[in-house]
Amino acid sequence: MDSYLIPRISRLSLKVWQRNWDVFFKTYQVNFLPPFIEPVLYLVAIGFGLGMFVGEIDGIPYVNFIAPALLAISMMNAAFFECTYSSYVRMYYQKTFEAMIATPLSIDDVVTGELLWGATRSCIYSSVMLLVFALFGVVDLPLSLLIVPFSFLAGLLFACIAMCFTAITPGIDALNYPSFLFITPMFLFSGTFFPLDVLPPAVQTFAVVFLPLTQLVIITRSLTLSSLSPLFLYSLIWIILVTALCFVLSLRLMRRRLIV
Amino acid sequence: MGPVISAAQLTKRYGSLVAVDAVSFSVSRGEVFGFLGPNGAGKTTTMKMIQCISPVTSGHLSVFGMDVDLRPREIKRMLGVLPQETNLDPDFTCFENLTHYARYFGIAKRQAGDRADELLSFLQLEEKRDVRIEKLSGGMKRRLLLARALVNDPQLLVLDEPTIGLDPQGRHLIWEKLKALQADGNTIVLTTHYLEEAERLCNRLVIMDEGKILVEGSPGDLVSNYVGSDILEVEHTPPVIACLDDMHEHYEIFGDIVQVQTTHPREVAKELFERCNPGRVFARPASLEDEFLKLTGRVLRD
Repeated sequence: MDSYLIPRISRLSLKVWQRNWDVFFKTYQVNFLPPFIEPVLYLVAIGFGLGMFVGEIDGIPYVNFIAPALLAISMMNAAFFECTYSSYVRMYYQKTFEAMIATPLSIDDVVTGELLWGATRSCIYSSVMLLVFALFGVVDLPLSLLIVPFSFLAGLLFACIAMCFTAITPGIDALNYPSFLFITPMFLFSGTFFPLDVLPPAVQTFAVVFLPLTQLVIITRSLTLSSLSPLFLYSLIWIILVTALCFVLSLRLMRRRLIV
Repeated sequence: MGPVISAAQLTKRYGSLVAVDAVSFSVSRGEVFGFLGPNGAGKTTTMKMIQCISPVTSGHLSVFGMDVDLRPREIKRMLGVLPQETNLDPDFTCFENLTHYARYFGIAKRQAGDRADELLSFLQLEEKRDVRIEKLSGGMKRRLLLARALVNDPQLLVLDEPTIGLDPQGRHLIWEKLKALQADGNTIVLTTHYLEEAERLCNRLVIMDEGKILVEGSPGDLVSNYVGSDILEVEHTPPVIACLDDMHEHYEIFGDIVQVQTTHPREVAKELFERCNPGRVFARPASLEDEFLKLTGRVLRD
């Protein structure tokens, strides 16, 4: 019994990652179009459209202010939705996990592979977006290139958070709760489309201390605007710690769900 | 060489439910070993423990001499598993399903491709090589699952209801392939509801119910030891019952049929015709199904 409590992660988890990678590129036409189109829509409608009325925030053109937030949001969404709905479909409907653990793969390998894939998806999407934004000239180069490695870490954070929900959800519909009550509010109140300091101090503190997306926005904005602050370091450490915590938690919860 | 599987007092509990209750058995190399039983008897749970995916609550279970809780990876590397429910990868074709599965065993790409083509032809699926699995019939999916179970050249095949939901053609094809695998010296454990399947395939089998092993033996032994060799089926009428009581024959009533278990059917039939008017009398050899129903009762399980 006890031997089931020790994490059993091996290099075989990369085979799970590879499976998802292969499927992704089999249908790359549908997988690559959204990350190209969506940011352009947001950038044009909100950045340039709404930006005409907003003008500047803290001396920064509005479109440049929201560009890093859009990058952070795409990292969040790519990993979160991959490791909730998509992972749930693979786990519950397709029984892919079950097929995998009948091979030398452990359940920890499977979950780890899924998490690494979620992070990779964030990385792919935000890199594509970054390219588009660079063409629009709304991000500073070369510092913004650090977004690429950072997006993997950020994606891993949201993948791990998502996997915890996937492990405890009673069904696929119940995943709407974290999507609408956790992801959507964060999308709006993490310093994305307006600075945090217009919010009441208590809400500001809450956002900086507890909301994962706030940390992502702090980092991406520092990079695209080339303005590093001590908050940058704080957010980076926050992300690393919470990722580690949620990683261990997601393994435990998934094992509780799948090993019976 | 020791047994391939050895279980001693193997027990699995889910809370207060005892799914497998202190069973002991062993499976030798080259044997086809069957688990029979009604739904909920504990067959699939036992399979899952053998596959190292469900922890043992108590007792001991070793596969190839290795403890299932301690060395699951080594054991799983040598297993081929055919699950009860289809879990083929819907995002891939038949060929890709096999090669991707081979990758989880660390088999190199070229070797996996050769092996996949070999298995597709063994299971008569060559024409479906590049077809996505949603386009396959139930029988083809089952065959592909068997092909997938063989991709790592396993030393032990674990088959959970290998022919579930198949038409007679599909079932016979699977049987034929399993016979071929058996002839090659493969060790196979399987569960089944189909008694005919167990009679055809298994060298040895156990009948399980409520987590316990009720009997163990070869299909032939079980039938003759526990039922008597023949069954007479007679119409259920009061004179027939009176007659049988007079004759001190052992019988059971199933609706409008009375079944008499006997080792001398001719004599019993003759006596019935002489003493009362039995209408139609039908004699047949006792089957594993009679044994099964006798041991596990006729009440529906779910």
